Amino acid sequence: MSIVMPIRRTDAQAILGFLRTYGVLIIIVLLMAFMTAVSDAFLTPRNLLNILNQSTPLALIATALTLVIIGGGFDLSTGAIFGVAAVSAAWLAVNVDPTLGLLAGPLVGLGLGLVNGLIITGFRVHSFLATLATSLVFRGIAILISGGFLIPVRMPEFEWIGRGRIGMVNIAVVILVIFAAAMMILLNRTTFGRRVYAIGGNEEAAVLSGVRINAVKIGTFALTGFAAGLAGVIATSRISMGQPQAGEGVELEAIAAVILGGTSIYGGQGAVWRSVAGVLLLALIGNAFNILNVNPFFKDLTTGLIIVIAVALSAIGKGRR
Amino acid sequence: MNATDLSVPAVRLSGIVKSFGATAVLRDINLVFRPGEIHALIGENGAGKSTVGKIIGGYYTADAGVIEIFGDRVGNWSPRQALQRGIAMIHQELQLVPARSVAENVFLGIERNAGGFLSGGETERFHVLDERCGFGLDPNSIVGDLRIAERQKVEVMRAIARDARVIIMDEPTSSLTADEADRLHAVIKRLKTDGATIVYVTHFLDHVLAYADRVTIMRDSAVVRSADITRETKQSLVEAMLGEPAEIAFPAIPAPPNPEVPPLLAVEHLSSNTGLDDISLIVRPGEIVGLIGLVGSGRTELARAIFGADKLTAGSIRVGEEVYEAPSPARSVARGLVLVPEDRRKQGLVMTQRVRENVALPHLAAGSRFGFVREGLERMRVGALIKHFDVHPATVDGAVINYSGGNQQKVLLSKWMYAPPRMILLDEPSRGVDIGARRRIHDFIVEAAAGGAGVLLISSELEEVMALSHRGYLMSEGRIIGEVVPAATDIADVLFRLFHVAAREAAVEQIGGQSAGAGAVA
Repeated sequence: MSIVMPIRRTDAQAILGFLRTYGVLIIIVLLMAFMTAVSDAFLTPRNLLNILNQSTPLALIATALTLVIIGGGFDLSTGAIFGVAAVSAAWLAVNVDPTLGLLAGPLVGLGLGLVNGLIITGFRVHSFLATLATSLVFRGIAILISGGFLIPVRMPEFEWIGRGRIGMVNIAVVILVIFAAAMMILLNRTTFGRRVYAIGGNEEAAVLSGVRINAVKIGTFALTGFAAGLAGVIATSRISMGQPQAGEGVELEAIAAVILGGTSIYGGQGAVWRSVAGVLLLALIGNAFNILNVNPFFKDLTTGLIIVIAVALSAIGKGRR
Repeated sequence: MNATDLSVPAVRLSGIVKSFGATAVLRDINLVFRPGEIHALIGENGAGKSTVGKIIGGYYTADAGVIEIFGDRVGNWSPRQALQRGIAMIHQELQLVPARSVAENVFLGIERNAGGFLSGGETERFHVLDERCGFGLDPNSIVGDLRIAERQKVEVMRAIARDARVIIMDEPTSSLTADEADRLHAVIKRLKTDGATIVYVTHFLDHVLAYADRVTIMRDSAVVRSADITRETKQSLVEAMLGEPAEIAFPAIPAPPNPEVPPLLAVEHLSSNTGLDDISLIVRPGEIVGLIGLVGSGRTELARAIFGADKLTAGSIRVGEEVYEAPSPARSVARGLVLVPEDRRKQGLVMTQRVRENVALPHLAAGSRFGFVREGLERMRVGALIKHFDVHPATVDGAVINYSGGNQQKVLLSKWMYAPPRMILLDEPSRGVDIGARRRIHDFIVEAAAGGAGVLLISSELEEVMALSHRGYLMSEGRIIGEVVPAATDIADVLFRLFHVAAREAAVEQIGGQSAGAGAVA
């Protein structure tokens, strides 16, 4: 017995470790295999590219948000930043210049992200509270800019970013790939990324190591603001309409995607690819429900259950070694 | 408790094996703990003694082997199940709820209640318990406001409140004064006469020799031997721990710098809102200066203030020729003024990261190009450092959380030698580390001074700070009350001077603490 036990336990631990590390990928593969088996419409380049394209705005936010969460922070204002970017881009496009509108969205997002970072570090407010408050303020700003109305922008110079394609691939997807790659490099190859991990892992040790933690934190929030602004512009361009309510709820979806991917909610551990995988899994579930024509009520229920399973999986065995 | 059958071991471990990843931490452990004995577990950090404690307490699950509690073989084993079988563990890293009161923490999980509603009377219950322990804690204090030594007492009371039959104590006296430790030992003896078994993991060989009935010595993840304490001496214990005859000694320190040499660090009339009051001191290049004082005298606060971790309210600091304005950790690091903090897990290392990331953290700017980390260079430098400091396991990609205390401390020192500093503030550098690591750390202090760096050394262990310092400042209640040359003084003199000022109230107890610290071996 005592000879058999160690082998079994080690195997179990190895399997558990593998599941924890690659759980989200395994679920994606299983889901894709299942969908391929039950539907001819699923495994087509058109459908897959479509899934990717539809999840671009969410994926942009989730990739940047990963840095905030690894740094031990939280951002509940990405949906509101999305909205401000949407209406300011649309307003500028209509009233000044479409290209200026496209550029303004991400820059407005960057500015609002900076505001988040400055409030969090300057007043030492927990990021959860700070961004909860700023999200209300930002949403108010979006309504002020638009006067509460929709802003239609039917201009080819504005619509290309959301609707254009290079061959079969949407320009938005290309932007996402570039942005996600940049975030990965930033996190894994640069001094900034190292500091983000250190701050999330042990803030006091980072301070005593001479890391200027405020600058790093502000940086992560600014990047997330930028990503939310970019996402807002792409979504606006896609529907040719600037809406002050745009992006409502996307902040929670983005957090769900990051956590679903396996990045630690406590900070210090995680990866950008995980968040991309998390977004894809959420998108695949939505797509499966469309293709199979199931009552959408079950979509949220299923998504919620999968998140619970994913989080439980990553928690199993963490408390005890 | 005479009903206990003395022939059946309280705890028997057979063939216990445990590893973390590829690192074996216990190989084939066979141990017997008899009912009603105080059984000391000693060994260098990393020898596996804490792991044995945690396996008995249910915090770790053994990879293989059998645990028997009073003759019953246990299957599924967790801290909760262990508690139900009368096994309580007191941790090295305290596990308390900081925001709640002392009494709430002590009775956590065993509150008197009626159908889930608290029925009160906890204060009286606490006082009864406190009388047994003699700690004199205020049941209503918030645990988060207490000093570490007092939190430790809360942990001890918590185990005693549970009437545990087996109590595992992991370094319970490491932050207690001698008087507090004596009281704890009295409590332990009383528990023993009540029939309890104490598994006593410690570095303090004097305590082992004075209080234990039996001792088990561990080395390299295995048991060297278990023996009656009457058959052991300090020398025999140390030899067994080291595996080779060793003497307990400090390295020789280099000659002191010429007093004409201008100071490297000069602090003038420094005060802070952390309790520092008009502090002035100097450290010359190549000089090791000790800060000698009781726990709570402001030594740590002084190091933090110089480093810029806490704000100054008055005074000035000069580093070399420069007047160092508005100190901050980042500015200090840039000036080669570094602080090795006392709590390596909370303040020193990022436990979620690997050795390499930890060591390189303060030096990212120097080890990068255009903001990109130069990984090859980093591996090389960190690799050389951990070799220099003899870190085990010797891989730059090891997760620091799996390293033993002594090796974590060596990683922490490596971190500050990546770019050799001019001035090192060392706060309790050898606390809770094993003999081997301790010697390596002492060698490091001497090497740094010989290389021309200034060292400000804080240690609760009087013998250590006296043996390693050229000069020492005596601190009490946030002030410097005198200066000594350790080579020309003896410990008794220093104790007397610390005592003389703090003669009132509890000073007697605390002086005792210093002498016990001085007697510690590891």
